[in-house]
Amino acid sequence: MTPSVPVQTTVRTPPLAEPSGWHRITLTVNGEQITAEVESRLLLSDFLRDRLGLTGTHVGCEHGVCGACTVLLDDEPVRTCLALAVQCDGVSVRTVESLAPGDAPLTSVQRAFHECHGMQCGFCTPGFVMTATALTEQPERPGPEEVADALGGHLCRCTGYRNIRRAVCQALDERFGE
Amino acid sequence: MSHDSDPGRQDGGSWIGRSVPRVEDDRLLRGNGRYVDDIALPGAVEAAFLRSPHAHARIDSVDVKAALEAPGVIAVWTGADVADLPPMLNKEELRTPPGLAELLDPTVRMTPMPLLAADKVLYVGQPVALVVAENRYLAEDALELVDVRYTPLPVLVDPEDALSERAPLLHDDLPDNLAVAVETRVGDPDAAFASAHTVVGERFEAHRYVASPIETRAVQAQVDPYSGRLTVWSGTQTPHRLRDAVAHTLGLTAGTVHVVAADVGGGFGQKGILYVEELLVPHAARRLGRPVLWREDRNENLTASSHAREQIHSIELAADAEGRLIGVRDRILVNFGAYNMTGLVVPYNSLCHLLGPYRVPHVDIAVTGVLTNTTFATPYRGAGRPETVFAMERAMDRLAAELGIAPEELRARNLVGPEEMPYRTGLVDRSGSPQSYDSGDFPELLRRAVAKADVAGVRARQRAGAHDGRRIGIGFAMYIEATGLGPFETARIDVAPTGRVQVAIGAPSQGQGHRTSMAQIAAEAIGVPLGLIDVTGGDTDATPFGVGTIASRALVNAGNATHRAGRLVREKIIDAAARRLGVTADRLDLIDGVVAEEPGGVSIGLAELAGRAPLPGTPEPTDGRHGTELSETVHFRPPGFAVASGAHAAVVEVDEHTGQVKILHYVVVHDAGVIVNPMIAEGQVTGGIAQGIGGALYEEMVYGPDGQPRTGTYMDYLVPTSSEIPDLDMDELFTPSPMNDLGVKGLGEGGAIAPQAVLANAVEDALRPFGVVVRRGPLSPSRVRDLIRTAATRD
Ligand code: FES
Ligand code: FES
Repeated sequence: MTPSVPVQTTVRTPPLAEPSGWHRITLTVNGEQITAEVESRLLLSDFLRDRLGLTGTHVGCEHGVCGACTVLLDDEPVRTCLALAVQCDGVSVRTVESLAPGDAPLTSVQRAFHECHGMQCGFCTPGFVMTATALTEQPERPGPEEVADALGGHLCRCTGYRNIRRAVCQALDERFGE
Repeated sequence: MSHDSDPGRQDGGSWIGRSVPRVEDDRLLRGNGRYVDDIALPGAVEAAFLRSPHAHARIDSVDVKAALEAPGVIAVWTGADVADLPPMLNKEELRTPPGLAELLDPTVRMTPMPLLAADKVLYVGQPVALVVAENRYLAEDALELVDVRYTPLPVLVDPEDALSERAPLLHDDLPDNLAVAVETRVGDPDAAFASAHTVVGERFEAHRYVASPIETRAVQAQVDPYSGRLTVWSGTQTPHRLRDAVAHTLGLTAGTVHVVAADVGGGFGQKGILYVEELLVPHAARRLGRPVLWREDRNENLTASSHAREQIHSIELAADAEGRLIGVRDRILVNFGAYNMTGLVVPYNSLCHLLGPYRVPHVDIAVTGVLTNTTFATPYRGAGRPETVFAMERAMDRLAAELGIAPEELRARNLVGPEEMPYRTGLVDRSGSPQSYDSGDFPELLRRAVAKADVAGVRARQRAGAHDGRRIGIGFAMYIEATGLGPFETARIDVAPTGRVQVAIGAPSQGQGHRTSMAQIAAEAIGVPLGLIDVTGGDTDATPFGVGTIASRALVNAGNATHRAGRLVREKIIDAAARRLGVTADRLDLIDGVVAEEPGGVSIGLAELAGRAPLPGTPEPTDGRHGTELSETVHFRPPGFAVASGAHAAVVEVDEHTGQVKILHYVVVHDAGVIVNPMIAEGQVTGGIAQGIGGALYEEMVYGPDGQPRTGTYMDYLVPTSSEIPDLDMDELFTPSPMNDLGVKGLGEGGAIAPQAVLANAVEDALRPFGVVVRRGPLSPSRVRDLIRTAATRD
């Protein structure tokens, strides 16, 4: 599941287009160290999806509004469509694939989305799940406004949000006690 | 509604009506979804489309030389290169049902769309050239090198200008810009209006907004070098239509084309029609001998994928002194955009849903659909009903105000009662039969909505006066929806030698949870545990015949096909067990996957039985009643529409200084007959309402007078977030539909139908002291401020 080191280049690796340049970056993705040659303009979302085959991170708008492409960059939720791969030298990336690899049990956040029916088509779900995961990893329970703010950075077109709010609440309850 | 999280059915009761947690979730939560853009095929290359920057222009020349020489570019196609391929036509929707054609003789003008524009472009975003390169970055680079020379032509944006003498003509082969016209009359409307105690008339506009699924459209195609078969992965709601269209366009037989709609990230109607990109990508894959992938970006989705909703209603209601409706008259103008993609679907839905739950003896409705230089408009969740309900329910509130009757009381006086079911409206339904409401209890829907909304409390707060300029208002809206559109849907059930049960249905899922609800139906029909059932949908090889997941039809049609196929397979299993066990079939029962004689008798498990059963297609010499292998295919053909209904109520607070509308309480009472999975049903309704609230308060696709879209990104096209969508106060009625064995009605669209109307009614109620009339949405802060200002300057 997690790619080996170094990454295989595929036919979808961009040939060089002017003006642009190649850069060698080393970063940790889902716990594994990866070294790769990337073109300056390659988006982090495309790097993860096309170069590493980690397609759980979804792209819905490519301009930073929908939140579907959110991953954790050094434990902070970040929109990968607004980051260039070359900026990620030395960082640690966690994508949705890292949460319950293989058939490991789902995390409390993932379970909460399932149990509360916080997803329909599932396209927005990885983004929400990563943001919610960051909330549960804070040292103290985030306040209602912080939770509302965090969720406000994501669009879901299917669920009407109520069950997503319930799921996040359930996960926070489980982590911090009610 | 409580969610039963126990999938084990420990009480041995029915699988139907149980909130079984979804089996699809686990895979999606681990990041193992397979949306079209996730499918990585070795050697795949990527496509990008050059789109028209003009709303209306002649194409003088296209030069692709520089683009072809750009790094990584493999091929470029222009209109001239695909001139030998037939233009695209959404055939099914453009066909007028025979009954309708005979009775109403509607005008429907077809406008086939060229795969790539060659002579003329008709809207901003129309595909002009296709570039295929090693990847999308390079393909998009090369788009900039395609040199197209245009001569701009006069632009038509306003649908009210479309039929005027001076209007530019869009299609050379049409005499004017008329796409569709249909008219209907019931009773004697002229006499009814002449004799009425009160007549109210108003013009209401439904504004243009869009489905905007979070996954944009995507297509991938590959030719298998061994079999020569073409496989097309598309996020489509109608895979069989796509298969037939690809075959027709590329000159292939349907049997050599395989369409798969795997995971689809939301559709809402936008992915229910055919698009030229879906035909061109397979064409490119065949010509290049390599897999070709295209994924739309958000700007393309907003400007070049189908739009919806734009209608102008000039509606009049005639009533007696008690507020009982005696006549309804409406002139509806529909903006089709540049191409007539779906014919009568939206206009006719608007026409035949206008009367809703109300009894109206005299009716006069005419719909005109016109072509303009905007993106084509097609069905979006509700398909013509939110627009018409907006007009009717706004008009009901105007009538209530005129007569001094409370809006909820006026509605109550006009509702068709449950004792009148099945109820004939006098109109003709979309399939061409006399329109009939099969079942429902509209007065009870309204009673419950009124009780939940606490009208007395709201009125008391209103009398207490505004605080800090914040004004409270309450609104109601009701609707009916003809669901379960035919002509048919398919289910195939096979029992594998392991005893696992495979269910294949024609209708794909875009998040509706088919894998779970269809498994519940099959488990119930056959008598096997849910965990033994696998469901696939939207693969044209698994079910060669099918229609799709559109028009609130999947559960009704695919669900009933699954149910029937399940009952037939159950009989076969019991027959086979009877032969094996040497007892007569009537002594056997199949429960939880075990066929057993009455207490203490012989029994055999499904796995053992299926392991010895002839494989599908292997005949065994027995009575041959249904064939002998443990499989069945059923095409369910609904005998008519299953009519769902609902009542919404909303309490809002409007800030008269900022114009902001805040929803304080949103009530929904709906009736979709028998519910298979309450948790999934509730999710569908909630999601629909959220889209409706978006349309009512925030979302609008705006065009400048030059035909340039001004809302091409999510920065200016405002989709609501969690902060804008409140929790809902929900209740349900369950009046089973007599139109099918399961008693189900469709509910995918219902939630989206009433929010525009109910919120407009509530905002108008809140602003009553200003004398405001809400004629159009979205009720954004600036528009609400405008309403208050104009009302103030008027007196
Ligand atoms: S794809 Fe990155 S925010 Fe939408
Ligand atoms: S579940 Fe479909 S977009 Fe959120």
